[in-house]
Amino acid sequence: MVVETVRGAMRLCSVDADALAIGLAPGMTLADARACEPDLRVFDADPHADQDWLERLCDGCARYTPNAAPDGAAGLMLDISGCGHLWGGDDALAADAVERLERHGLRVRHALASSPEAAHALARFPGPPAPDEDAAVRRLPVEALGLDPDSAVALRRAGLRTVGDLASRPAATLAARFGEEAIDALDALLGRGHRPLAPRRPRAAVRIDRLFAEPIGSTAYALKILEDMAAQAGDRLAERGEGGRRFEAIFFRSDGLAFPLRVETSLPIRDAPAILRLMRERIDALSDPIDPGFGFDMLRLTVPQAEKLAPTQLALEGGEARREDSVAALVDRLSIRAGRARIQRLAPRDSHMPEQAQLALPAVEPRAPESWLERADAAGEPDDPPLRPLHLFDPPQPIEVMALLPDGPPRRFRWRRGLHDVARYEGPERIAPEWWHANDGAIAGDAIGRTRDYYRVEDARGRRYWIFRHGLYGAEATHPAWYIHGLFA
Amino acid sequence: MVESIPSLAALKRHIASLDRAPARDACARFATGHAPLDDALGGGLACGRVHELFGEGEEEGAAAGLALLWAQLAGGEAPLLWLRTQGAARVGGAPYGPGLAALGLDPARLLIGTMADDAMLLRAGIDALRCPALGGLVMELRGRAPLLDLTASRRLALAAEASGVTALLLRIGGAPTPSAADTRWRVTAAPSAPLPGNGPGRAAFALTLLRRRAGSDGQAWRLVWDRDRGSFGDAGDERHDDGRDRADAYAPLSGAELPLSAGRSAADRAA
Repeated sequence: MVVETVRGAMRLCSVDADALAIGLAPGMTLADARACEPDLRVFDADPHADQDWLERLCDGCARYTPNAAPDGAAGLMLDISGCGHLWGGDDALAADAVERLERHGLRVRHALASSPEAAHALARFPGPPAPDEDAAVRRLPVEALGLDPDSAVALRRAGLRTVGDLASRPAATLAARFGEEAIDALDALLGRGHRPLAPRRPRAAVRIDRLFAEPIGSTAYALKILEDMAAQAGDRLAERGEGGRRFEAIFFRSDGLAFPLRVETSLPIRDAPAILRLMRERIDALSDPIDPGFGFDMLRLTVPQAEKLAPTQLALEGGEARREDSVAALVDRLSIRAGRARIQRLAPRDSHMPEQAQLALPAVEPRAPESWLERADAAGEPDDPPLRPLHLFDPPQPIEVMALLPDGPPRRFRWRRGLHDVARYEGPERIAPEWWHANDGAIAGDAIGRTRDYYRVEDARGRRYWIFRHGLYGAEATHPAWYIHGLFA
Repeated sequence: MVESIPSLAALKRHIASLDRAPARDACARFATGHAPLDDALGGGLACGRVHELFGEGEEEGAAAGLALLWAQLAGGEAPLLWLRTQGAARVGGAPYGPGLAALGLDPARLLIGTMADDAMLLRAGIDALRCPALGGLVMELRGRAPLLDLTASRRLALAAEASGVTALLLRIGGAPTPSAADTRWRVTAAPSAPLPGNGPGRAAFALTLLRRRAGSDGQAWRLVWDRDRGSFGDAGDERHDDGRDRADAYAPLSGAELPLSAGRSAADRAA
């Protein structure tokens, strides 16, 4: 059984069938349960791991239907409309799915119904076989509606024990007593409303499946087949004049687990060797390698995101450079190996605060349209020296400064244990926080931002620094602190 | 003894056939615009080679600025890649777009790669050097960088030669070790020619050529970056000289008589 801490006590949150049989139930404290049965096997609850596991199972169910979604904390919902005949009928499909899941040691209950809500309720409240779906639903207890516990108790008190009892009453009186939700839940359960399933994976532009008669035990061989599939996907994309921005390969293992590999490119591509090169980079970068286990029995390649890519003609002698030589390909490769956020490009941002004047964006994303050169403060007047530093410290580093006057220019400062005499300076350049953002320009510990007086200074050995005094002397601060904010070339 | 002479000659011929010396002579060069420096190097720095720039921890602004400017001169309009480590980003501050633009480097053409460690950075560097569309590569390594040994730098040099991409190894706080770099420099910031009112002027750099393959070394120069011309110039900028700091207006240091610094290690000479 599994326990979690609720309101300061260790309580059971889920128990197995044997525990139920001796009278233990979710919600009991662990101490009470131990009193009933001292030899309990207890595990800590880990909802995130459970969710992760459920999502992997859900991905594995993509072998049955593209429309699969996790249902609550412990359910899977598959939309198998039009998929059953591939498996020799809906029941055969369900039996196969249940068998695969039971191989993991799971206890599985399943139900087939014409609406997701009905299937959800029928799987959770099993009853004796019914002649048809409508009769089965009408026989369900009122708890199957999924209303809050008080409403369910109130319904029972009113003598309404099954969904059928409820359905035979006029809707208006039910709505008046139990609210609109009760009517909505009833309609959904009886298949009167139509709510589409939100699949975990949206439908892809291109999808190619390869099923194997015998499971493949070698990842290298699976990659060879993937290359073949990539070429096929490239042909399909070429027919539509598109290229893929994202590719996803899923390795389905015969025991129901699935290993997804996702790669993203900065420009649309449809060249099979290039796609495979990125996939290999991705495999090299995985922390735990793909484990074939008992073998892969299916491979799937999808292109979730595609963009227009003009048809290419065969490169002629001295023609267009090869794609794998381009900088975009380099960016893709490095981003996949090192991580998406590690290769960045700087984009300008309209702000007076120096540390907010730029954004570092992943270089894989499409290039930002703003241009740096149109910005007034970027270049300055033609003959000016650089007015902004090459390196910026964020947050600024505190320094000790000696100045003749409290609001005067710096004469000497100490940074990183080194003493620097100021030989030349220019300033102050006064940068006030943007008044419509009161918190801008605040440095750790400050409630609101203060005015900064920036000086460009050069020390006796020629190093150039950008330092500022934080706060106006007398008005905003009695002892304004100094910070170093950047280094010039 | 007698028969060893032909075998020695045969060995030399064999080595010559393995060496890529002919390719080295015919390589393209990019001029910095500073006439004495370009003359001394025979027309500028070689494209498609590795150049090492050493700077003290305090000089990272100047050294990084010079490396980026040289990479841009080498690459023209092509994109540049600046590879650094997470540690460098923590200690040395982040690259700042407005500051790059103020130096005349278009930040939109600069890619910045922040790698987890030196090993990953060197691997990414090799990959980048194999991409001929790249204009230039700046690799920033801090401290001793034990992974950058002769083998690693030879690998970088071969990749650079094959693709023609110029690599600038920015060594902050490192000591020179044997390497396959074409040239090796020590970079410090130099006092700038002051603006009226004694403000800091244009970026100025003091360079010492520590080592050069097939050529004399030991010279020192002082370069001033002129953003509007897009090239380096001599130190004196008379327009802004207010006359007070005449002594500070450095004449370019003349050639090879400059004594070698006492701290220069034997390894440096051997490399």
